[in-house]
Amino acid sequence: MAKKEAKKLEYFTDWKYAPSPEATDHIRLQKQYDLFINGKFVKPNSGKYFDTINPATEEKISSIAEANDKDVDSAVKAARGAYDKIWSKMPAKERAKYIYRIARLIQERARELSVIETLDGGKSIRESRDIDVPLAANHFFYYAGWADKLEYAFPNRNPKSLGVAGQVIPWNFPLLMAAWKIAPALATGNTVVLKPAETTSLTALKLAEIIQESGLPDGVVNIITGHGPVGASMVNHKDINKIAFTGSTGVGKWIQKAIAGTDKKLTLELGGKAANIIFEDAPINQAVEGIINGIFFNQGHVCCAGSRLFVQESVAEEVIKKLKDRLETLIVGDPLDKNTDIGAINSKMQLNKINEYLKIGINDGAEMYQSSCSIPKKGFFVRPTLFLNTSQSHRISQEEIFGPVLAIQTFRTIEEVIEKANNIPYGLSAGVWTDKGSRIFNLTSKLRAGVVWANTYNKFDPTSPFGGYKESGFGREGGLHGLMPYLKF
Amino acid sequence: MAYDFRQSPVVDQVGIEERVARFNTRSIKKGSKVQALKLALNMIDLTTLEGKDTEGKVKQMCYKAMHPHLALPDLPTTAAVCVYPTMVKTAKEALKGSKVKVASVSTAFPSGNSTMQIKLLDTKLALDNGADEIDMVISRGEFLKGNYNFVFDEIAAIKDLTHKYNARLKVIFETGEISTLDNVRRASDIAIYAGADFIKTSTGKIGVAATMPVTLVMLDAIKDYYFKTGIQVGMKPAGGISTAKGALQYLVMLHETLGNAWLDNKWFRFGASSLANDLILQLEKEAKGVYYSKDYISVD
Repeated sequence: MAKKEAKKLEYFTDWKYAPSPEATDHIRLQKQYDLFINGKFVKPNSGKYFDTINPATEEKISSIAEANDKDVDSAVKAARGAYDKIWSKMPAKERAKYIYRIARLIQERARELSVIETLDGGKSIRESRDIDVPLAANHFFYYAGWADKLEYAFPNRNPKSLGVAGQVIPWNFPLLMAAWKIAPALATGNTVVLKPAETTSLTALKLAEIIQESGLPDGVVNIITGHGPVGASMVNHKDINKIAFTGSTGVGKWIQKAIAGTDKKLTLELGGKAANIIFEDAPINQAVEGIINGIFFNQGHVCCAGSRLFVQESVAEEVIKKLKDRLETLIVGDPLDKNTDIGAINSKMQLNKINEYLKIGINDGAEMYQSSCSIPKKGFFVRPTLFLNTSQSHRISQEEIFGPVLAIQTFRTIEEVIEKANNIPYGLSAGVWTDKGSRIFNLTSKLRAGVVWANTYNKFDPTSPFGGYKESGFGREGGLHGLMPYLKF
Repeated sequence: MAYDFRQSPVVDQVGIEERVARFNTRSIKKGSKVQALKLALNMIDLTTLEGKDTEGKVKQMCYKAMHPHLALPDLPTTAAVCVYPTMVKTAKEALKGSKVKVASVSTAFPSGNSTMQIKLLDTKLALDNGADEIDMVISRGEFLKGNYNFVFDEIAAIKDLTHKYNARLKVIFETGEISTLDNVRRASDIAIYAGADFIKTSTGKIGVAATMPVTLVMLDAIKDYYFKTGIQVGMKPAGGISTAKGALQYLVMLHETLGNAWLDNKWFRFGASSLANDLILQLEKEAKGVYYSKDYISVD
């Protein structure tokens, strides 16, 4: 057996996977979508509509209504009316039935919802189909169970609903974030005004159709669409009791200032820059998979993405070689193709932001490494990217890029890595990879992050609370903890 | 090359299973499917390892190996046939003029419970009869006792003999018996460093045969060795792979772990008997657009 010089492996040259696109003929989409207020779709007061496009093709999919202050006001009024007259008086067991019915309807229409999520947001169909949509249904199932058990969840504390919840959600997991927000609000007896992000309104509007079909009393859930000012108008509305926001830290800070001095309750789930820490005794091949899932899941548009990799120096060379090798087997392209691993960047704006960070990284002296894959000419795409030789003071190591870009640092000792992992304004999540159980427990108690995954990454479950420390926000969503922000005691 | 097998890399079972699940979501269609079905057929070690084996049975199987399906004449042959040492002569004779290799199990297959002397004689018998490939079993008892050097030496001795005859050596771990993925990884490292040309999961003689997680751990070991040395080692999952769909999932895993260089029967084999006909059924379906009766496909 002659020793070969080239130790680089080649993929997808002799055996290419034929395109395997998910069918789109089964989905029902309207040319134009109105606002969902008081159980009906109504025209926006502004009379204005904006285009929602497919980020993989840059083609228009549909027109979405642009709400204004008046629409926000009528949505809040509808929610208040429904709260006062129906929802707050309804026996909890009955409330649960509606929530359960919504969950079932999401399951029934899972295929359609997955395809629309992928068309509108650019994420791969594999993820919409296997993660977003099933998890969204599971959140409704899970919270349906809590509706009539609040007394048991918080014994002797007499939990009571708040009233009208205003919820503003991001574009990275449109339907799933709607479910995260709506399900616990309904289970605890609140009514809802929800605003999806302007680039990804469609699945929230499909959810509005499902809510109509479920027979949920009019006004209990209202879904209004539009740009930033609509969210601002909700935040400033006098008759909203609770604001729940998931999105950027900048907007989160603005919201907190805006509601200062009011009695509105607030939950913020903001940005992150998670440390994913690989120790020398880790199962390296599985850790490499975990790094890949940590940063490239949903094109890196994940607030808890493992975007800072810390590798112990004794295994750094091996881990980086394997990461580079693994990048070559990531399939980047048409999000509707069932084999696509990394789909399209959600919007032109986000694409520009990511490309800007790539420049910053290079200018700051980090070494960029990208997959050799080709990317489609049309649409918004970025090659999966690693930055080597980064240091803690590089901007790409400090700021949330929200794209498929991984900043890699090495470390020598456990004290060093704990210090560096915590040395960031964010504190949403972290990952620890080691074969040693005691080290896992040591780190989970020292890392200032809301979620710490051990020997895995980016795992979500409705029964498990999710939320951050520091500038990553406060309040928890999911699990029993997720009920508390919607209750007063 | 010094290597402490107690220090073999650890394996996380949950991570392995997750990775396998990911491979299984790949959707292989149209031309890429036909290509893979043919490749899988060309990677089969068509196997009969029964107490009731006869020359007649072996001859029939050899004919099937050379002519998998008359209705599709451009199909490849299988890679090899796999038989007991006493059947090697018959198989060699039946396969004369074809490229199909003859593999023989040895070393007191399937248990491996015998002396080194007898294992060497068993192997020599197969080689003298003309075997192109030797499928040996390791001593699982010694392995589980932690006698890794014993297992290493045993493999190295059989390798020396096999290579003397210019034959290739496959080393069977019987992964169902050594049980954990950490053990599978350790056994893989031992066999690879002892000079195995192929590592192989199972004998097919116990309940638990090849699984995708076990195979992935072995592929990872092969890859790590390749990255270190540039030397390729082959992989053979055996037993329990009977459907075309399953075979394609293995090929996806192989392809995305080791790449193009391994997509060849020199480096990957399926130890199987009924798989061939399911591959043929699917190839007919791709050619004709409909499934037809299995009665049109010969059973040998």
